[in-house]
Amino acid sequence: MTNNHQTAVAFNRVSKSFGAKQVLHDVSFEVPTGKALCILGRSGVGKSVTLKLIISLLKPDNGKIWVEQDEISGFGEHDLSRVRRKMGFLFQDAALFDSLTVYENLALPLRRLTNKSQQEIDSSIDKVLHEVDLEADGHKMPAELSGGMRKRAGLARALVLEPRILLADEPSSGLDCITASEIDELLLKQKAERQTTLIVVTHDARGARRVGDHFAVIDHGGLVAFGTAADIEASASQTARKLISGK
Amino acid sequence: MTELFEFIGKVSRFGLQVITDAFHRPYEGGQIGREIIEIGQKSLPLIIAAGLALGTVMTFHTHSSLVYFGAAAEAPTVQSFAFFVEIGPLTAALLLAGRAGSGIGAVLANMRVTEQIDGLEALSIDAFKFLVVPRVIACVIALPVLTLFMDFSGLVGGFFSEYAASKISLHLYFVRAFAHLDWTNFVPPVLKTTVFGFIIGTVSSFFGYTTDEGALGVGRAATNSVVASSLLIILADVILIKCILFLFPGHAV
Repeated sequence: MTNNHQTAVAFNRVSKSFGAKQVLHDVSFEVPTGKALCILGRSGVGKSVTLKLIISLLKPDNGKIWVEQDEISGFGEHDLSRVRRKMGFLFQDAALFDSLTVYENLALPLRRLTNKSQQEIDSSIDKVLHEVDLEADGHKMPAELSGGMRKRAGLARALVLEPRILLADEPSSGLDCITASEIDELLLKQKAERQTTLIVVTHDARGARRVGDHFAVIDHGGLVAFGTAADIEASASQTARKLISGK
Repeated sequence: MTELFEFIGKVSRFGLQVITDAFHRPYEGGQIGREIIEIGQKSLPLIIAAGLALGTVMTFHTHSSLVYFGAAAEAPTVQSFAFFVEIGPLTAALLLAGRAGSGIGAVLANMRVTEQIDGLEALSIDAFKFLVVPRVIACVIALPVLTLFMDFSGLVGGFFSEYAASKISLHLYFVRAFAHLDWTNFVPPVLKTTVFGFIIGTVSSFFGYTTDEGALGVGRAATNSVVASSLLIILADVILIKCILFLFPGHAV
């Protein structure tokens, strides 16, 4: 299997175990460039593991993972660094560096990974903070932010390098429905304005339907349903039908 | 026993990676500076206070013994030898293991648990080089300097005690303290603290960086960092004293 230009991420028979526990078994799917895939599943089925496999924070036991034209499962740190620069990752709890201000959290990757001048760095940070409505909060420490603000700051950090692929792990978890909706809007804005490919892990059926073009349902280590919302609703898997309907 | 050897192997490999990464770009000068302030400067009050107290108490004890042997005038010499050769380096290292080692273990474990380390890796930043190497280098640089403060604080504490007992002048006290001390008594023990610093930085970072026990792992990493660092410092001290005696026979008392 090789990857074509229209595919941002592809899994080909990927398996992953932790000790005796097999989390993913023979999982295959493709995410077209510029589209949004929502990964659904019950807690502990391997949704977050799937995201970490894509950005190579974890290595698969078997199978191949493609990120655009690169098959990354055998990559060393140098090549992985190049591939990771194509991606942004919004962690479940934002994973902001708690010893740095919001501004410094965003400046860190820009200073280390780009040749931008200080003026250009300031300009990039101002722009992305404006996008997530945190332009007045750059000086704050992460501990001073509310849950929604932390998520938005995490999203700003994920976006500051202008990634072509954005991975989001439970972007709406722990947030009220209005804030969750605002985060979803920000994700959709990225997709619409920059043609960013979105891969979103979520429990929130309503949010998933709002954001997703395609849906993957993982259960008992395998992919039990994949396709559009209509495909999932017509799926043979009861779990998949329940998850997409939110009931 | 197998677990002990496994632990030694893992920590050794971790330490080797620190050494290897320390000589490769980027050199993380800013991070090292910040860690020297965090580890060194913030430990200074504790080191000075401990040195003054230890120096005072030690002279209380040695003064009466030296009077008994008719060698009360040698109290400053005994004090300086004791502090520069052994008490200063060892006590400073154990205090740093307690103060900074637990902090390094807890901070890195917390970063692991809250996915901040994954966050760095996801941003294509080498988390090991960014977080671990500067902390170890900071310990290696800070501990010899802290040891000097401990040594001189001990001498000053000893002077207070000696002044109370014999009204000795400050000038005479320091003349006698350094009368028999030469560079070979002074330099090797201070340099051995670089090894102690490496042990504190490496062991504490190892427990913090490799934790996989969630929130429970943060407390455990802090405790294990102090216990393992302290034990290894004492063990290394025994070995390094032998090395110093071998390299500087007749001087390194």
